[in-house]
Amino acid sequence: MDKNLKEQILRASGVNVLKCMRCGKCSGTCPSYDEMEYHPHQFVYMVEKGDIEKLMNSASLYKCLTCFACVERCPRNVEPAKVVEAVRLAAIRQQGNNHLTPAMIPDMIDEDIPQQALVTAFRKYTK
Amino acid sequence: METFTYYPGCTLRTKAKDLDTYARSSAEALGIALEEPSDWQCCGGAYTTAKDEIATKLSAVRTLNAAKELDRPLITVCSACHNVIKQTNYDISRDEEMASKVNNYLKLAEPYNGETKVYHYLEMLRDVIGFDNLASKVTNPFKGKKIAAYYGCLLLRPSKALAMDDPENPTIMEDFIKAIGGTPVIYAQRNECCGGYITMEDKAQAAKRSGAVMDSAKDQGADMIITACPLCLYNLKKNSGSDLPVYYFTELLAEALGLKEDNNG
Amino acid sequence: MQRIGVFVCHCGTNIAATVDVKAVAEALGHEPGVVISQDYQYMCSESGQNLVKDAIKEHNLTGIVICSCSPRMHENTFRKAAASVGLNPYLVEIANIREQCSWIHKEIATATEKAIILGKAAVAKVHLNAPLTAGESPVVKRALVIGGGIAGIQTALDIAEAGFDVDIVEKEPTIGGKMAQIDKTFPTLDCAACILTPKMVECSQNEKIHIHSFSEVSDVKGFVGNFTVTIKKKARFVDETKCTGCGLCTEKCPMKKVPNEFNMGLDNRTAIYIPFAQAVPKVATIDPNHCMMLKTGKCGVCSKVCSVGAIDYKQQDQFIEEKYGAIVVATGFNPIKLDKYDEFAYNQCADVVTSLELERLMNAAGPNGGTLLRPSDKTHPHKIVFVQCVGSRCDDSKGKPYCSKICCMYTAKHAMLIREKYPDTEVYVFYIDVRTPGKNFDEFYRRAVEQYNVHYIKGMVGKVTPKSDGKIDVQASDLLSNEQLHIDADLVVLAAAIEPDKTARPLATMLTTQMDTNDFFTEAHPKLRPVESATAGIFLSGACQGPKDIPETVAQGSAAAAKAIGLLCKNSITCNPCVAHSDELMCNGCSSCEKVCPYGAITYIDKEFRMPDRTTAIRRVASVNPAVCQGCGACTVACPSGAMDLNGFSNSQIMAEVDAICK
Repeated sequence: MDKNLKEQILRASGVNVLKCMRCGKCSGTCPSYDEMEYHPHQFVYMVEKGDIEKLMNSASLYKCLTCFACVERCPRNVEPAKVVEAVRLAAIRQQGNNHLTPAMIPDMIDEDIPQQALVTAFRKYTK
Repeated sequence: METFTYYPGCTLRTKAKDLDTYARSSAEALGIALEEPSDWQCCGGAYTTAKDEIATKLSAVRTLNAAKELDRPLITVCSACHNVIKQTNYDISRDEEMASKVNNYLKLAEPYNGETKVYHYLEMLRDVIGFDNLASKVTNPFKGKKIAAYYGCLLLRPSKALAMDDPENPTIMEDFIKAIGGTPVIYAQRNECCGGYITMEDKAQAAKRSGAVMDSAKDQGADMIITACPLCLYNLKKNSGSDLPVYYFTELLAEALGLKEDNNG
Repeated sequence: MQRIGVFVCHCGTNIAATVDVKAVAEALGHEPGVVISQDYQYMCSESGQNLVKDAIKEHNLTGIVICSCSPRMHENTFRKAAASVGLNPYLVEIANIREQCSWIHKEIATATEKAIILGKAAVAKVHLNAPLTAGESPVVKRALVIGGGIAGIQTALDIAEAGFDVDIVEKEPTIGGKMAQIDKTFPTLDCAACILTPKMVECSQNEKIHIHSFSEVSDVKGFVGNFTVTIKKKARFVDETKCTGCGLCTEKCPMKKVPNEFNMGLDNRTAIYIPFAQAVPKVATIDPNHCMMLKTGKCGVCSKVCSVGAIDYKQQDQFIEEKYGAIVVATGFNPIKLDKYDEFAYNQCADVVTSLELERLMNAAGPNGGTLLRPSDKTHPHKIVFVQCVGSRCDDSKGKPYCSKICCMYTAKHAMLIREKYPDTEVYVFYIDVRTPGKNFDEFYRRAVEQYNVHYIKGMVGKVTPKSDGKIDVQASDLLSNEQLHIDADLVVLAAAIEPDKTARPLATMLTTQMDTNDFFTEAHPKLRPVESATAGIFLSGACQGPKDIPETVAQGSAAAAKAIGLLCKNSITCNPCVAHSDELMCNGCSSCEKVCPYGAITYIDKEFRMPDRTTAIRRVASVNPAVCQGCGACTVACPSGAMDLNGFSNSQIMAEVDAICK
């Protein structure tokens, strides 16, 4: 287990993963659950265990909608979405690891798509 | 006439002109002047919650500071801008490390520490104008129309930072609907995500999410659905596969005030 | 010349590991007046006490200082030891070098230095100690029980059984509390009403028990053995002494659309009502918020039909004053409001209910006569989802931080009863942990799983979406199979957290008892004094002290009664002699002390004084009632002329301590 990586995730997210009581409400409320390989409660638990590589390589990072449902509804105030974001940032900050490139854009959009979608996607997927 | 600093954001200049135009004309009719700061930048669309991110928060701070310098509250109307700006404002007023890094970078005349009061346009209607007052100015009420308010995820959460309404049991849009003469439709998916930016790379997921929202609203008998977010409007219209009409809330506001002819048959 | 002994306790390693006790004994031995200074491993042990006693006799000591734990712990022990060898117990001083020193310091040098300073202060004080004699005050042989639920009922019955008069003050029109609303009890599944209502009747028939229903405690004065309590008997607009409980008025009342609290608002009652058939006292009450006669002056039907003339629209709130020796608090609990948790759609859908609402839905005396029907359309639910821990075990910002304790068991009970009565119904229980400590409790829960095939799913519900076809989409996680489930339920039952009744907080202020941050009353000691409050003469019964099930509540109710009886048995109790007194010659009659006294112990009298020129003058001076004074010292601080002083803690003693510390 990479201790530095875990520290970095904890610091960047500002989340105390030890507050989790393993109720699973985050995953019970997550609108992207079925699209994710690792679910919100697993992000919290795996970061606690230091099992972070698997998360960094998972497409689950790009399925979180940052809708904050898990943050709002967590009984223990753990804020799982912030953990997901910290892991995603750790992944895309690696050289050449942007999940989205400008070249990919033309195939993704139509004439009605608002700018907001593009700027948000770039902010979420690239460094 | 009271003047507020107004931040339209990037999308309202392009794809979401309706959201902007009707917000401005309605505000004017209600006695509020909205004034853009001289040079604003895009808010970035999404707030980066990571504590080690500073650059992505600067544009929101510049906007907040522009309002502070004019000593005026800041009005936003797009849900995403509102979310980013309010979260930035909340964090900078509480996280000293972030505040000092941001201020070191920006070198403002005076450091910014979260002084500006931020209102979503709906909050302005509720807290500054008042829904009763608004109702008294409606000339073209949406009588008999069953209107579903769609909050989505950005308008209310995280509630600690946005402090706009109860995140699970909100009433602000329903009260707005009542003020313009309509009948609000309560449905459980009103505060669930439409899929947001996932539409870029996963149409199926966007379809599933926006479909769930539209089905829930239609199931509860809605004639139309209203939103404050251009991306929600896009997902609900283009991805949901539903025929339920979707409008910006400002469009209905303008129409109720007699500033626009249309939807209200 | 004072002859002072100093005794430094090791408290095993509690003190000795951080404080150099020998150095402390050595240093204090050099203080003025100290003739002997010793250390010992356990000063509170019999041999430790003998060491102190022997030293008092051998050295003819005039005062002793014990450097040990908090005086709350062992001051009494050493006072008794001193008294047994003829030294006035108030010549004993404790220097707390454990809680206030060894336990909070890590460095031996710092802790030792501080222990010596604390010891020096105590020595300086004991130089000025005067022998005091405790007086006695009589005990009123009557108890007050606040709250008439099962806790209060049990306490009252036990106190009455011992031969003492006891009054129950209940804010609702009937006693019975939450247990009266419950259908069956776990883990035996016996009918709650069948075991509760006989106890309610016993209360009403016992000559020693006096029930003040629809009443509240509005003021409490006095102290242990001698409380004076004002009880507000709220106007019920019905003469209790005349009403026979025939119920004709409730049948004829035209205002029939008042939400029925007893059935959790699931059906309606009339404006004049008797909460339920077995109510005690069985007397009607008019709800002034809904009565047309009281609101508009037009109606009067109940008055016309009442054959005994019990209706009195002009009735006013009445205040009665009564004296008590002991007070037992039994104010109970309520389920929390669920507004903050609307992801479960409680506010959006009639078929999302709380567990207490389900009790009424299943109760033979409930809105459906005991047939389980959905509130919305009165159809049988075929799929029921139970959600555990709603608002319990939360971060402070999200709900209650504690486990509500009773939900796991009552949910197993509900699930089992439903499966028993309606085998075609599927029952799901979403749980975080199933907590079933208690006799026959886990066996009970296992029966729900194994015998009744209730589906227990480890995980939490995250979103509830009611649909127009009457189904309720329950989205939840199943952590063991790592899946997100969607169940199309007909009924959703939320196990809402429980919290102390809202009347508890103002009551605690009146009683000067402590509460925790959750508004549960704090017991005097969490292990050894669980039914006493820290305020003498105030006892705790039932869920007002913390979440409890019925067997625990009854046990605690009886325990509180035993403690109250122990007090009421005494003819008098020893008073604290450390009370305030006023130097009348210095008193300027300003009333400052009277205003700050929280116990009403100070009055002003006009007294004749001989003046230096041999004339007499009448002056207004403060007078302290030593039986009422609790020795808090507020008056001594407020007194501008320095006339007010506290025995055992005189201004000069305190200043001597401060001087010793600052030297």
